[in-house]
Amino acid sequence: MTANIALKHLETVLNPRRRAEETPVPLGHAGADAVLGGGLKRAALHEVFAPAGHESAATGFAACLAARLAANRSMLWIRQDYCALEFGELAATGLLELGLAPARVLVMRAAQAEDGLRAALEALRCRALGAVVIELCGNPKDLDLTASRRLTLAAEENGVAALMLRFTARIEPGSAQTRWRVRAAPSPDEEENWGQPRIEAELLRNRQGGTGCWVMEWSCDDGIFRDPATDRGAVVSAAGDRPAPAALAKERRTAAA
Amino acid sequence: MVAGRSGNTQLVAALDRKASALGLYVGQPLANARAMVPALRVVAEDAPADAKLLARIADWCDRYTPFVALDPPRGLLLDVSGVGHLFDGEQALLDRIRAELRRQGFAVRGAMASTALAARALARHRDGCVVAPGDESKAVAPLPIEALDLDEPATHAFRRAGLKTIGQAAGRKRAELTARFGSRLVYMIDTALARANAPISPRRPLPDYRAERNFAEPVATEDIIRQTLLALAGALSELLEKRGEGARRLEAVFFRADGIVRRIAVEAGAPLREPNAMVRLFHEKLAALADPLDPGFGFDLIRLCADRIGRAEAEAQQLDSDAGRERELRLLVDRLAARFGRDRILAFHPCDTNIPEHAFALLPAQHAGPAERPWKKLRGAKEAPRRPLRLFARPERLGLLRAVDGRYHMRWRNTQRLLTRIEGPERIAMEWWRSAEPTRDYYRVEDENGRRFWLCRDAQSGQWSVQGGFA
Repeated sequence: MTANIALKHLETVLNPRRRAEETPVPLGHAGADAVLGGGLKRAALHEVFAPAGHESAATGFAACLAARLAANRSMLWIRQDYCALEFGELAATGLLELGLAPARVLVMRAAQAEDGLRAALEALRCRALGAVVIELCGNPKDLDLTASRRLTLAAEENGVAALMLRFTARIEPGSAQTRWRVRAAPSPDEEENWGQPRIEAELLRNRQGGTGCWVMEWSCDDGIFRDPATDRGAVVSAAGDRPAPAALAKERRTAAA
Repeated sequence: MVAGRSGNTQLVAALDRKASALGLYVGQPLANARAMVPALRVVAEDAPADAKLLARIADWCDRYTPFVALDPPRGLLLDVSGVGHLFDGEQALLDRIRAELRRQGFAVRGAMASTALAARALARHRDGCVVAPGDESKAVAPLPIEALDLDEPATHAFRRAGLKTIGQAAGRKRAELTARFGSRLVYMIDTALARANAPISPRRPLPDYRAERNFAEPVATEDIIRQTLLALAGALSELLEKRGEGARRLEAVFFRADGIVRRIAVEAGAPLREPNAMVRLFHEKLAALADPLDPGFGFDLIRLCADRIGRAEAEAQQLDSDAGRERELRLLVDRLAARFGRDRILAFHPCDTNIPEHAFALLPAQHAGPAERPWKKLRGAKEAPRRPLRLFARPERLGLLRAVDGRYHMRWRNTQRLLTRIEGPERIAMEWWRSAEPTRDYYRVEDENGRRFWLCRDAQSGQWSVQGGFA
């Protein structure tokens, strides 16, 4: 067992891709990043719950998280047919307006939750993808502890982020790395303009640390979350759309020299 | 005996051997036949079932040649050019087909000749004969004129004229025959005597590439089927590689020992050549079948064909590069499409229209191809999204109320929300060349909880509807 862990560690150190997968992806919101230990783990399962009526806001949060985790790679959005009927179909124009690239989004229409979960497992094994979003309604019986564990394992093994977007669902035990509850947040009264999308994200579970609740604003131009209380767009924060291995390449160059 | 209805009379449609020995004949009125043989057992004709059975026999015949054509009501035409040597000669092939069909309980007559019409005439009158190319006129000439399967008046006219065999008819001057019966008949006689050739059209398009394996003992286990598919895919991919092509659509045909044929097809988004990827697609498809592949007593022939192909350049295996990633993604799309159906795995495609709801389309990812025009953002820098993230396929009606204090409330899905912000209208005129719908005004609204919606007001009727929700 120890040897196994050591081997895994060695692989992490030696393989640049592995290292990229292990580096957490910062959300951009200082408070949340501090609690998350620098950011979200890429190769893991994250759950986003939407309270009734806040489905669009949760969708936006999940899409933005997926875009950050996917880091320029494609994402697969698996959704149950019922979700599209009840809460609306994912719109390419909406993604575009949020600063995401619709050309890098594949959509799968799953008739039932079972199909969606099966497709998600298959997709998580494809390393060419950056993230897989699974949009489910209610608490399907196929989504038990085993299913969620399977998704986690597949995500860990292949370095593909798995995001579960749950509508009208009861929170059940699962193997998710983080679990969020997301609702829309009202725009501030003093602001005259129609502001950037603003949500209230509550971190319910975090396997690596504490929890918390923050109001975040998604900056459509920079592709990153902001804390509306502190940086009111004053300074340009770390660019959100930069490919992750850039820093590593530089490191390798110095090693070679 | 089988009776069928023709117009207002019931006629004898088919007879078994015993009945014909009693002097009954096909085409006889049923009443006459009943008068001759009162103890006649009559079965009603079922033409659709006959056609279905004929199609199944045709399917079964696919194992000998891919070129099988129907010759209704009870004939099949097989083009066996270049097939004979696989079965120890043409006579052996013919005997084998006849014997196998007889074993299945059919009464069979068959013959082989250079043209379809000659073969058909010979099959009716000289069962089991194979005519070498060039000998057709000798073999067909002595056959009675009925062998041509002409219509009733024409046959009758020949008989009246004393022309009883095809040879005699062919001996007349062509101008006379054309004047009396038309050019079609002359063409038919020419074809029967192999002086002209009439093409037959196969039931299915011929595949571009195919590979197959015969089994001495029928196989039924999944392992062997999988291995066979892999071996066949290997053979197919070698053929494809030689010509620099790849398969866009593959079909696996399973011939069951009891004559049932099952076809399973998969599609690929880009020309495909790797045997493993092909087999994986079939594996996905087989796992997702609503009625699983039932081997019954086993399959005695498995065939793999590529019936749609495309150019495929040899590509180096690159890992973790953009091209390699794209390829992997394509394979994933193919697998998902094989399992869940190609209309379930979709990609966004920009559309050239100013109607906001139609600005994009979801197309099957396998066939979508690259977008012809770039995606265009509507919002300026530092602006909020101007289009919703979730869009209702069918806009939902809503009521907009104005309270005494001048604030608006929106009533939708049985709840009433206070609107704190309303922004609009964004007026969009409908494209007059497509539909005559009136101009519409779009509004962005936010309720007291911060939920943002995209509303639409029909300028003519004043009806409000919810189009979608913002993030």
